[in-house]
Amino acid sequence: MADGPQTRLPLLEVDGLKMYFPITAGLFRKKVGDVKAVDDVSFTIYEGETLGLVGESGCGKSTCGRAILRLYEPTAGRVVLAGEDVLAAPPSELRAMRPRMQMVFQDPQASLNPRMTVAGIIGEPLDEHTTLTRAQKLARIYELMDKVGLNRDFANRYPHEFSGGQRQRIGIARALALNPKFIVCDEPIAALDVSIQAQVVNLLEELQDSLGLTYLFISHDLSMVRHIADRVAVMYLGRIVELASRDALYDAPMHPYTQALLSAVPEPDPNAEIDRNRIILKGDVPSPANPPQGCNFCTRCPKVMDICRKVEPRFEEVTPGHFLACHLYQEAAVGAAPSGANPEQSASPQDPNFQQGET
Amino acid sequence: MREGAQPVLEVNNLKTIFRTRGGEVHAVNAVSFDLKPGELLGVVGESGSGKSVTMMSLIGLLPSPPAEVRDGSVMFDGLDLLKCTPDQLRAVRGPGVGFIFQDPMTSLNPVFTVGYQLREPLLKHMGMTKAQANVRAKELLELVGIPDAARRLKDYPHQFSGGMRQRVMIAIALACDPKVLIADEPTTALDVTIQAQILELVKDLRQKLGMAIIWITHDLGVIAGIADRVMVMYGGQIAEQGPVKEVFAHPRHPYTRALLQTVPSVRGERAEKLNVIEGQPPILRAAPSACSFRDRCPHRFGPCDAANPARHAVGPGHDAACFWDFDTNAARADAAETPVKEAAHG
Repeated sequence: MADGPQTRLPLLEVDGLKMYFPITAGLFRKKVGDVKAVDDVSFTIYEGETLGLVGESGCGKSTCGRAILRLYEPTAGRVVLAGEDVLAAPPSELRAMRPRMQMVFQDPQASLNPRMTVAGIIGEPLDEHTTLTRAQKLARIYELMDKVGLNRDFANRYPHEFSGGQRQRIGIARALALNPKFIVCDEPIAALDVSIQAQVVNLLEELQDSLGLTYLFISHDLSMVRHIADRVAVMYLGRIVELASRDALYDAPMHPYTQALLSAVPEPDPNAEIDRNRIILKGDVPSPANPPQGCNFCTRCPKVMDICRKVEPRFEEVTPGHFLACHLYQEAAVGAAPSGANPEQSASPQDPNFQQGET
Repeated sequence: MREGAQPVLEVNNLKTIFRTRGGEVHAVNAVSFDLKPGELLGVVGESGSGKSVTMMSLIGLLPSPPAEVRDGSVMFDGLDLLKCTPDQLRAVRGPGVGFIFQDPMTSLNPVFTVGYQLREPLLKHMGMTKAQANVRAKELLELVGIPDAARRLKDYPHQFSGGMRQRVMIAIALACDPKVLIADEPTTALDVTIQAQILELVKDLRQKLGMAIIWITHDLGVIAGIADRVMVMYGGQIAEQGPVKEVFAHPRHPYTRALLQTVPSVRGERAEKLNVIEGQPPILRAAPSACSFRDRCPHRFGPCDAANPARHAVGPGHDAACFWDFDTNAARADAAETPVKEAAHG
């Protein structure tokens, strides 16, 4: 990224987004509670950048991506895309907005209609939103297939005739058909083999450069997000716990969850693996239907304090561009911690609060 | 790992094919390897490289038809597992070879309690009474770090989280004290923080129980952290095999080299552009008559199209199946005279 995010225009602003799914019980499907899949999430994506959204399964990252595009009806919050309010728009206006925001889905097997040809799949958005003639449409389909590296001769084939990586290319071509500005990539490489993942990620990066796209890149693969994203948000149990520029987040993670998450990623280097001290988190993620009181991470946090079990930490900017929801830093922030200084230089072996993994 | 000890498992020239409507698929082609007592052998490869099929062939877990183990031998405890009767095989599974399946969601039976499923191998293989089995089942759950084990025995699989279910799977595989434990992508379906827990658990159990482990995965990072030796599979064959540090530091097969370069890292240098292995893995319609990686290989030259390279030693305990010599950066001397035959020596 050439410019700092502050000099760029915000393309997408998400403010206080909440997506609750009702839990019903009994004969009359009476509502007995909520699954707080996304609970008060706010962030901004600037034009031309990639925001990585990482977290473990069930943390609400996919729901967040879908709620932003209003594939769900969010419970509360505001989503503004290029000056237009996505959540408040009536159906007809929303439909007119759709060409600007598109999605690449996780499973290229399930997200392509097996009974439609590749040309049919890529051309469907054109049928819906444009008035191109047949010839113009076909020309556009060929152009898109060239762009994503699919052979034009395969336009009349069906999805099952393609490999996983090629199917994901079809999904990307479909997302590009209407010249969108903003694309939500929901785990686009999770179903692919390692050697194919790199091909798809490079394609996404090339398209971003040539078409000026803005991505929300949702993934649980922290190493791939480090490669593709400019800024990274970490979600835990429906909330964003830390949001910072890529280098700040990976080099000096501040939130104990981010630290544990990064330290849990195995490194493909046997020598590094021997020297490394891993933070092993105890237990499992609590249910989003019944999140703990106070900080959501307090049940597993190696640095938990009394206040964490009572008061929910605010999500605020601790150093410029570095947002955090953690009590450890909220007092520190008042005392004006110097920018970039990281008092907890991740898992220091001397720290008795950390569970050290045996190596 | 005891050096020079007799291998607990010796696989020779294993060939497995699947009969499909489109013809035969040669999923495993002349795979030979052995496993030493107490050793952890990591097996890496992409989907379709034959890693799971190889391991399932060993103890007759593949349904036949469509699968057919066509050739080879698997020596375990003085017995050729491929020639065993179904009854003999059943006696080996459990006390001899334990298997942890990939998906903890689908490999536990949802209508029986976890306690029932843990007791089953104990009653069938170990000749325990129900009371003894109950005690042992509780010990096993404690061994894999499930809190409140006695009560949890009465729970059904859906009452456990993914990581806990995988722990139950490990407990079942350990129930009969197997000499060899085969783990087929046991952490692939899990989150990284839970994966870290399971990896610690396996390291710990290995020290306590000392069994030999075969660990199948596609994650090179996992292998780097736990394995003694690594076997890289491609197109149903072993591309490269050797001590884990040696293979990661000096990979001698272009596929291993490419694979190591494709994976981005969360630490260390960040590349501007990811290295890519162009093309697709091969479709194994026939036994290979040439190198199966040649279409994607940057070093492809004459012999690669003419013959399937045999595995040859490139270092102590380290071998690779490639005509290119990465130490001298030239074709290997034997490249020209290599007869057109499958790799068949281990």
